[in-house]
Amino acid sequence: MQRRAAVQANAEQWVQCAKCKKILFRPDFERAMRVCPHCGHHHRLRARERVLLTVDPDTFEETDADLRPVDPLEFPDYADKLHKGIAASGENEAIITGTAMLGGYEVVIGAMDFGFMGGSMGSVVGEKVTRCFERGAERGLPVILFCASGGARMQEGLISLMQMAKTTAAVGRLQRAGVPYIAVFTDPTMAGVLASFASLADVILAEPGALVGFAGQRVAAQASVGKPPANFQTAEFQYEHGMIDLIVPRKQIRPTLTYLLEMLLPTPEEAHAR
Amino acid sequence: MMTIFDFEKPINELESAIAELRQLAAEKGLDRSREIAELEAQRERLLKQIFAHLRPWDKVLLARHPKRPYALDYIRLMCESFLELHGDRLGFDDPAIVGGLAKLGSYKLVVVGQQKGRDLKERQKRNFAMAKPEGYRKAMRLFRLAEKFRLPVLTLVDTPAADPGVESESRGISEAIAQSMLTMFELTVPTVAVILGEGGSGGAIALAAANRVLMLEHAIYSVIPPEGCAAILYRDPNKAPQAADALKLTAESALELGLIDVVIPEPLGAAHRDPQTTALSVRSAVLQQLDELSQMEPDALREQRYQRFRRMGVYEAAR
Repeated sequence: MQRRAAVQANAEQWVQCAKCKKILFRPDFERAMRVCPHCGHHHRLRARERVLLTVDPDTFEETDADLRPVDPLEFPDYADKLHKGIAASGENEAIITGTAMLGGYEVVIGAMDFGFMGGSMGSVVGEKVTRCFERGAERGLPVILFCASGGARMQEGLISLMQMAKTTAAVGRLQRAGVPYIAVFTDPTMAGVLASFASLADVILAEPGALVGFAGQRVAAQASVGKPPANFQTAEFQYEHGMIDLIVPRKQIRPTLTYLLEMLLPTPEEAHAR
Repeated sequence: MMTIFDFEKPINELESAIAELRQLAAEKGLDRSREIAELEAQRERLLKQIFAHLRPWDKVLLARHPKRPYALDYIRLMCESFLELHGDRLGFDDPAIVGGLAKLGSYKLVVVGQQKGRDLKERQKRNFAMAKPEGYRKAMRLFRLAEKFRLPVLTLVDTPAADPGVESESRGISEAIAQSMLTMFELTVPTVAVILGEGGSGGAIALAAANRVLMLEHAIYSVIPPEGCAAILYRDPNKAPQAADALKLTAESALELGLIDVVIPEPLGAAHRDPQTTALSVRSAVLQQLDELSQMEPDALREQRYQRFRRMGVYEAAR
């Protein structure tokens, strides 16, 4: 018994890169923010890990953590999937949101969690994203969203589709308030999320190799003449086609966001002059 | 191509019998009017019976019916005049989306709609009403035209989906959909959307961020096609009828859920049996909305539109 525990603890010290399959020493892997030191593959992060890696230490204050999904259509297996999502992600929904300091700037921040039902957007995600934009507009705080989603949540039917419209309208509010919005596309950023609030940011960053696209790969291939290019629907493909400002390795995300905030926000003197 | 669905078969059999009898009577100079009247009454009863018990999947088939009137049919049947305008001013003109300037009653409007093709050649040209980024960019250009000249906007939605191909991805289909919605949200003129046939997910909502959203009785509006849903849910695209039930994609359900404002009734036997009457129903429903909306101030219109979508979503607050 003791021996087995020891073996297990030992095994937990090692992890295999999902891409190059090399065995990595876990403490090194974690220190590298789960980027493979050999091939540079960016492994997915939990939403909460993402926020804590990004913001100034001990400054994250979560908002709207009390919002819980319901099953408005009594959709087959949805209740079960929600339970599994909670167990898999440790979160109540596919996004966490809040306020924090980032490089000394106060921001509204949200991070989606692919582990919760593929980061899909139903009522709760739509509401929390909308509140981020509304809070940003009201308080003049820049909004930073880390996207990780397969798209709209099928299990809430048309209500999910309406979240695309609702979040988009809220971006409009933020824009009119003249407040910056920066999106970071992480693996994957797809479909209903990409085709609504995600694509409307003032500046769009993406992590290397992230899947970014509209339709599933098979649907896209079926609808096309000829074979899709090898890098189809990657961050690199979208960058080549002008849909993303910059591809930024994970380590550089925080400094890049800080620089963008400095550039887009008025200095105290500028703010005063306005 | 003539497609007859299972639930329509008995009706079509009766209709052929009536036509045959008519021809026979005409050729032989016989009076068969009593028999014809009897058959027609039977047809009417049958239609009523069948259409009283349509399942969601039947509505999917009706919404996709190859004889169903399309956007340009409605524009022709319900508007006093229409001048089509072309191009996104960025290098393309997408035939899947039509738009232009129309007169409707006392209103001058910008109309934008998805257009399906009637025969194989036109279907290909129109890409089955699956718009590419340039289609939505043409729509946005026309929305901005409407804003500039204070013209109300009418959108006519009928698409299985936005075009998912490599070409569309290369030109930013997701961004185009998002911007199209955003452009609609920022308008300060009245906007009315009518879901005519298929309201296919992102491709549909891109044109439906309106002050009022109306839906024809047998149209569908869904976050995912039932076939796609069935493939995920049951790992079997043939279970699309069950998926159609689960998705609650009918006009009736959308109204119950508070996601649309009005269901426009279709004539007995659905729009394709009487396009003229259907178009007049759409016309009067749209005019009624325009009469209400044109009383509102520009800022109030934008705010009403914001609040209309803002309240959508079902969740609970645990505290």
